[in-house]
Amino acid sequence: MIRFSGVVKRFGDHTVLDQLDFAVEPGEFVSLIGPSGSGKTTILRLLMTLERVDGGTIEVGGELLSHVRPGVPADGKHLRRMRRRIGMVFQQFNLFPNMNVLRNITEAPIRSLGLAPDEAERRARDLLGMVGLADKADAHPTQLSGGQQQRVAIARALAMRPEVLLLDEVTSALDPELVADVLRVLREIAASTDITILCVTHEMQFAQDVSDRVMMFDHGRVLEDASPEKLFTEPEHERTKEFLRAVIERR
Amino acid sequence: MSNVPHIVTSILGGLTATIEATLGGIALTVVLSLAAGLALLSPSRLVRGVARVYVEVFRGTSEVVQLFWLFFVLPVLVGLQLVPMFAGILVLGLNHGAYGAEIVRGAVRSVPRTQYEGAVALNLSPAQRMVRVLLPQALVEALPPFNNLFIQLLKSTALLSFISAGEIAQQGELLRPVFGADIGWIYGTELVLYLLLAVLITTGMRALERSAARRLGRRPLAVAMGGG
Amino acid sequence: MDWNWQSAYDSIPLLLKGLLVTVELTLLGSALGYALGLVLALLRQARIPVLSQAVWLFIEFIRSTPLLIQVFVLYWLVPPLTGLTMSAFVTGVVALGVHYASYSAEVYRAGIEAVPKGQWEAATALNLPTSRVWTAVVLPQAIPRVLPALGNYTIAMFKETPLLLAIGVLDVLNRAKEVGAQTFRVVEPYTLAGVLFLLVSLPASLLVRRWERRRA
Repeated sequence: MIRFSGVVKRFGDHTVLDQLDFAVEPGEFVSLIGPSGSGKTTILRLLMTLERVDGGTIEVGGELLSHVRPGVPADGKHLRRMRRRIGMVFQQFNLFPNMNVLRNITEAPIRSLGLAPDEAERRARDLLGMVGLADKADAHPTQLSGGQQQRVAIARALAMRPEVLLLDEVTSALDPELVADVLRVLREIAASTDITILCVTHEMQFAQDVSDRVMMFDHGRVLEDASPEKLFTEPEHERTKEFLRAVIERR
Repeated sequence: MSNVPHIVTSILGGLTATIEATLGGIALTVVLSLAAGLALLSPSRLVRGVARVYVEVFRGTSEVVQLFWLFFVLPVLVGLQLVPMFAGILVLGLNHGAYGAEIVRGAVRSVPRTQYEGAVALNLSPAQRMVRVLLPQALVEALPPFNNLFIQLLKSTALLSFISAGEIAQQGELLRPVFGADIGWIYGTELVLYLLLAVLITTGMRALERSAARRLGRRPLAVAMGGG
Repeated sequence: MDWNWQSAYDSIPLLLKGLLVTVELTLLGSALGYALGLVLALLRQARIPVLSQAVWLFIEFIRSTPLLIQVFVLYWLVPPLTGLTMSAFVTGVVALGVHYASYSAEVYRAGIEAVPKGQWEAATALNLPTSRVWTAVVLPQAIPRVLPALGNYTIAMFKETPLLLAIGVLDVLNRAKEVGAQTFRVVEPYTLAGVLFLLVSLPASLLVRRWERRRA
């Protein structure tokens, strides 16, 4: 579903990703873990077309995302077409403060997918029900807690029926009590849909429970790539052991 | 086309007056801004009140009206006829000094409170505190808005044409009835001169900003945060 | 003190007529200025190769040169060049509008840049068409934030209108001048003109300041 081939990404003099290769199968739930600055979020941002590659190619669903054709970087039109298949939930939720919850969720389906307003509303209400916020459709984002806002953000992303869902540390900005609700929603999505999910997270227990695969990143390279059982109980690399020890100690 | 040299030289004839009015206005503005700005921060309610009245009256009325009043009404009231340039500089200074007072007040208040407390801890007198600690730091913050204020002042010198102070705009208006076909040259020359003077002011202010910041070891907050 | 109350009282009707013109100029100038200013700001944001730089040059040029000269250019230079004649009043509105458009363009730019980057990214992630990103997400967040600044500019415009007497617009100051010429008394009309400005701009400023504080 997703393939990174020799991807290079630089920010100024700093090379964040250097010849990165990895692949994700359709329907897989892959957790990306590792220290800050290891490039995990950059991978998500490249997939969501918020950044451009400096080298290499990215494919989604068998089609080139980063380029129109080999050697020809993607233009606006191509990016817009490919973006339809990908959705993202951000650490800071990024709900639109000038719209109520319902409109936040229906805006893009109506304007970008061309859905009829009542169908978009129906879909929105279904999704709100699924994330446990059916009664908050008319509320304003500022009236909701962080966890509620994030669940609305998840519903907003799902309303676009993406094939790939990117989760960028979606619980890192939440108070601990609110994290559980969001994780519950994510578990359900992982279980009940065949969306391919890439999840950058520090929630190790969650990653262990829900993922099909876990990738440990360090300095822009994949250090280890294994099933959660293997990686969490018998990590191969010293760096991985160090990292897991530090994270678990923090709890 | 043969009129152009004459037009340009005539308008250049007004340059001296414009520069005089600008420099005089800036000087008076700086003095009044400091005086009124510091007065606005005074612990004495009377001093603050007087400064506040000055600031609100001169900010709240039109500069053109102030000009007319000073030049046409004052002579009638107190028998004192001011020469145009003097009246002009006075109005420019009084008007822009009122705006400048708020800039000074805002800049001094933007200095972190810790600086003030440090100065108190060092047992500096209120005057020393202000002069040696607060004002130098406030200066860096105040220079960019003062740059804008001085450019405003330069533009306001054109209003002195209403009282025949001999500056650029007036020269242009004297030429206009005579050289109807070359109006483009008249106003073109004027505009170029004003632009050049504005660039000069900004260059000077930027140099001041750099030297003030160097002495403190930092850049103005507004500029450093990507604003200004 | 040489003040004649009767004379002051008699000049009020004419001064108020002038005040009405002043207010009209201010309202129309503001409407034109803020609409045009938004257009200019968007043209600059769009980063269109030649046009955006031209807009920037235009804005800087207008901001750096006196309004009075711009009024003269519109009144004396434009008609012979284009065959288009405008009344003094219309010229005044256009001059004020263009001048304050260049100030407000800067204000809009600041407001747009204050919208958090995350909003842009979320809108991109949702694949919203560019026009919707602007009209549904960015501008509704940017514009309310800058309204107090625009309010202050309107008050500033109100105080600059008297310079239009140079082309014969019958504003407050021009009317005061008229009264002075008729009655040979300058003290009362000019002082009253100043007072009228104060009576309008002071409450207006206080309102804008309170508005600003409520937003902060």
